[in-house]
Amino acid sequence: MESFFSRYRNVLVLITVLLAQVIGLAVQVRAPGQGPGDKGGVRLIRSWVVGLVTPPERLFRWTGHSIRGVWSDYIDLIHVRQQNRNLQTQLGQLRLEEDSLAEDARQGLRLQALLGFQEKYIYKTRAAQVIGTSGTEQSHVLFIDKGSDDGLRPDMPVITPDGIVGKTRDVFAHASQVLEISDPTSGAGVILANTRIRGVLRGNSWGQPQIVNVSPDERIKPGEPVITSGGDGIFPRGLAVGTVDKVVPDPEGTLVNVLIKPAANLSRLEEVLVITSTGPQLPSQMQDDLSQAEQKTADILAERLPSRTDPNAPAPASGSAANQTVTPATPDTGLPTEPPPPPPPQHPDRFSMGATPPAVDLVPGQQITSNSAARQTGGTTPNVAKPRASEDHHEGGATTSGSGASDSGSPQTAKPAPGQQGTARPHPANPGTKTSATPKSVPNPTPQGDN
Amino acid sequence: MALIATSRHEVGARSFPPLVYILAPLLALGLQSFLSLHFTSFDVIDLPLLITIYYGISMREPISATLVGAIIGIAQDALTHHPLGIFGISKAIVGYLAASLGVRIDTENHGSRLLLTFIFTLAQTGILWLLERRMLGQPFAWHWVHELIRAAANALLGVILFSLLDRTRREP
Repeated sequence: MESFFSRYRNVLVLITVLLAQVIGLAVQVRAPGQGPGDKGGVRLIRSWVVGLVTPPERLFRWTGHSIRGVWSDYIDLIHVRQQNRNLQTQLGQLRLEEDSLAEDARQGLRLQALLGFQEKYIYKTRAAQVIGTSGTEQSHVLFIDKGSDDGLRPDMPVITPDGIVGKTRDVFAHASQVLEISDPTSGAGVILANTRIRGVLRGNSWGQPQIVNVSPDERIKPGEPVITSGGDGIFPRGLAVGTVDKVVPDPEGTLVNVLIKPAANLSRLEEVLVITSTGPQLPSQMQDDLSQAEQKTADILAERLPSRTDPNAPAPASGSAANQTVTPATPDTGLPTEPPPPPPPQHPDRFSMGATPPAVDLVPGQQITSNSAARQTGGTTPNVAKPRASEDHHEGGATTSGSGASDSGSPQTAKPAPGQQGTARPHPANPGTKTSATPKSVPNPTPQGDN
Repeated sequence: MALIATSRHEVGARSFPPLVYILAPLLALGLQSFLSLHFTSFDVIDLPLLITIYYGISMREPISATLVGAIIGIAQDALTHHPLGIFGISKAIVGYLAASLGVRIDTENHGSRLLLTFIFTLAQTGILWLLERRMLGQPFAWHWVHELIRAAANALLGVILFSLLDRTRREP
């Protein structure tokens, strides 16, 4: 017996070592749904190894950064001014875009509140440096220099400004392991931005992210953006994932896999952001930004667009239109408000607003002078109460002057045209011109079947 | 028969300073992790495997080589998200085979080192494929061209690395 052990000592040691590791593997492999991360001795071993390996990696990284910093901060400063100008221009454009998107964001929030949808917004992020990888082709993981002491926990999303990177897996005191979206064991809920097809993103055996088990759809085209759907409970909704690279058939069925070109450059990562906090409401900073943007948008609109007044508002105290104050719209009534009258001209002529008498008072062939027109209309009184219905019908026959219009333009016929609202809409901007005042083929504006 | 040594004592087992036994695997793991971050194609190189092979063929003690291979492999597993033992099993086997062959083959020759490293790299990938695909049911891509290129790259780098490590060993 002794000779057996001494003779096969090497093989027995090998078998023992292998058997111990196989048993260890069996213990570690858990049932699905048991959650990520290791426990007990396995976590301790990982922690020791990471603690031994990451310090030299930090040293390598610090050395490289220092050398690059000296070069880029003191030597390679060519084109910095031009780049700064370009960035300023870009910043201005982005501010304008922010203004235009602010109201949409508000509306989205209101709609989500109506639907009871709990959106997750990024509250807080933590910047981290990538200091290493697993070093193998079979495991697409990264190591970052922030850990539990910095507030990180497992299953936190890791992103870059370009797109998502992955999620934290094992978090140690001063380092964390990040499982990339290109790993076959990863998973993220995504949605195709144009076709709105949902799916699960995970890496294939070559390390390229793909949406697996998608029903064949001809609308899926290369270049279509892919964003996170928020359905996985880890990544907030709407983060960029990448674009569709190509669609390949699933080898194990009739479905297809959609290969994705990731938005974040997963092979050249240096800094990442770990989302440490999300919430159902917009963060306060973003709310402030939105409020400011909304205010700026309102100011711009107030400067560029004509104001609206409330017809039910009391008349101004003085008769001068210049002293009229603009009453803001009353959204509570839901009715359109009447625009304010234009200021009176200092020297009225026949082109001045309100100087021409209404079309119903005109006689075909009659010359109109500014004085007579002013006398007929009472000078500066703008014509804001005439219905538009008759004017709309005049447009069709305005080119022919002559007869046949005197009895058709009576005030009694100024009823709304078919298809219009029940109340006549005033049209102060078109007070009536000579051509429109001589209609020939004016149809009866009384709508058929309006009774 | 030029590669065959008459006995183990003819060539003699090599020994290294204790610091080398600790620093070389750690440096291999750290460099592997760091260089793969900056050079994506460095993934095909397996520095811990090269260290395991070198210890095996230099020490010529199958038990020691098995244990060293298992420890290096488990440390490499710890840097991945896989269960501990995948690389541990494969490198333990490779270490054992390298030490067993080191007893019988003249491993001082560059040609034999190149050939052994090429074969052991393929052997490790085969063991990994068995463990991951068949035992754990995980996806594992096997493409012959890629694996042959990978084995050749490791063999070439191994010859250079082994020559450097030869300088650290103690003279008998």
